[in-house]
Amino acid sequence: MTNWIDRNIKWVFTMPAVIFVALMMVAPVGYTFWLSFHEWSMSNISPPLWVAFQNYLELFQDELFIKSLKLMFYFTIVAVTAETVLGVGLAILMSQNIVGKGLVKTLFLLPMVATPVAVGLIWVLIYEPNIGIANVFLEKLGLPGQEWLTSQSLVMPSLIFIDIWEWTPMIALIVLAGLVSLPKDPYEAAMIDGANTWQSFTKITLPLLKPTLYSAVLLRMIDALKTFDIIYATTQGGPGTSSQTINIYGYVLGFQYFKIGQASALLMIFFIIVLSISIFTILLRKRAGVNL
Amino acid sequence: MSRKKPITTKSILTHVGVYLSLFLFLLPFLWMLLASFKTQVQILDTSKLFEITANLSNYLSVFNEYSFLSFIWNSFVVGIGATIFGLILGLPAAYSIAKYKQEGLGLLILVARIVPGISFLIPWFIIFSKLQLIDTYTSLILSHMLVTMPFIIWVMIPFFEGLPHELEESARVDGCSIPGAFVRVMLPISGPGIVTSSILAFIFSWNNFMFSLILAGDNTKTLPIAVFNFISYSEINWGGLMAASVIITAPVLILALFCQKYIIAGLTGGSVKG
Repeated sequence: MTNWIDRNIKWVFTMPAVIFVALMMVAPVGYTFWLSFHEWSMSNISPPLWVAFQNYLELFQDELFIKSLKLMFYFTIVAVTAETVLGVGLAILMSQNIVGKGLVKTLFLLPMVATPVAVGLIWVLIYEPNIGIANVFLEKLGLPGQEWLTSQSLVMPSLIFIDIWEWTPMIALIVLAGLVSLPKDPYEAAMIDGANTWQSFTKITLPLLKPTLYSAVLLRMIDALKTFDIIYATTQGGPGTSSQTINIYGYVLGFQYFKIGQASALLMIFFIIVLSISIFTILLRKRAGVNL
Repeated sequence: MSRKKPITTKSILTHVGVYLSLFLFLLPFLWMLLASFKTQVQILDTSKLFEITANLSNYLSVFNEYSFLSFIWNSFVVGIGATIFGLILGLPAAYSIAKYKQEGLGLLILVARIVPGISFLIPWFIIFSKLQLIDTYTSLILSHMLVTMPFIIWVMIPFFEGLPHELEESARVDGCSIPGAFVRVMLPISGPGIVTSSILAFIFSWNNFMFSLILAGDNTKTLPIAVFNFISYSEINWGGLMAASVIITAPVLILALFCQKYIIAGLTGGSVKG
């Protein structure tokens, strides 16, 4: 017995975890795939009805679905771009000799580890049109107050701002770790050749940082596409459907309207989008010579 | 230590830049703390923004009227359960993946982090309803394990790769089986890694909103859901809401301070050392 275990230790040690992932993740995704070809309202009396590609066809004619896709990409592209630019800037500032650097680095972790629902609700108070500090601040500057999260046009930028606040420190700390491990020689050579700070940043720092930036942006992008907590806690996709990204729309279709078939079709599309973007960037990263 | 450098304008500007950004990033937390001590009247009056009266009534009402003690308990049970079972399944798997270079399995674990959680929520809801497991610790712990276990594996693979494997060999010479050597020799020297990955896994479970939103009910409602329910009342009790937010975030922030070195490495799956 002991011998058998020792000979097959690779499988004895990994099987429980693999079986768990298969039961809790692979099988449910398969079930969702099956449901996406059926019409069902989760009722016990009428079982799922086979409708072939009906759900998918309806989704692509559904304006709300197209809108939710656009909102997801809008959110991800703007937030991740801003976080990368600000994060690199912050990392460069922090890479200098700073008094109390250890404490500063620790405190910068707080936005990303704090419970997202609580974070969202703090921002609901900050953005509150009558009593929030966002408008108090604007009025001090002599500018008119805004409706922020309850405004159709400002709700997405306001949500993106929360995301930037929450995740810029992560990019900054990852880039900082990358900066610290850069070799010193190229900079000395560049200084001797008379390069200025900007030139050594664009010609030396950025190219050397590329692998680190890849990792940071990939991780951030995967999570930004899936953002749920912040949006649901603050606006639930509103006002109207102005901040209803695909993740929120899937939730609404499934658990508020009980359109199980259509929600499943939407989730399959969402699943495939996130997975293919991830695989694509991982492959790009491999080509850039970075291992996971 | 580096030698003392003369104070230059550049160094002053850098310090101002860093500390000003830090202040801006911490401002929402300060705001939450401040508001949690204010009465509703003080919060509604924006002319007295910084008036504080060190009033604990919001905290008392959160515990007395909204029975937060039971929500804290629920979050605690689910977090501890999901972390312990995550360790039991995750540690041997991580060890094996690290030792035998089972990269395919490593990839499967990565996929578990990439897949949107909502794509298995509908099946879970249907299956757990059939099994009458909605609103039980079992369904919550099982679902949260899909967050904790891949995370623990992910953090522990690079950790186990760094351990000297001669130790296991010598234990084997002394007559230990591989599982015996793993439990008696390898796990005890992996303490720091296990502690950090457990703390972070617990934080992820504690923070989880989406799974609990569907699977928790009146008996097992976790803190994020309880805090979220605050805003469904007709007039929002802002002071209470902020006190509740302090209660839910404070433990996480304190835990994070203990393992700050490993958080970045953990969040990035060991691809970057913090």
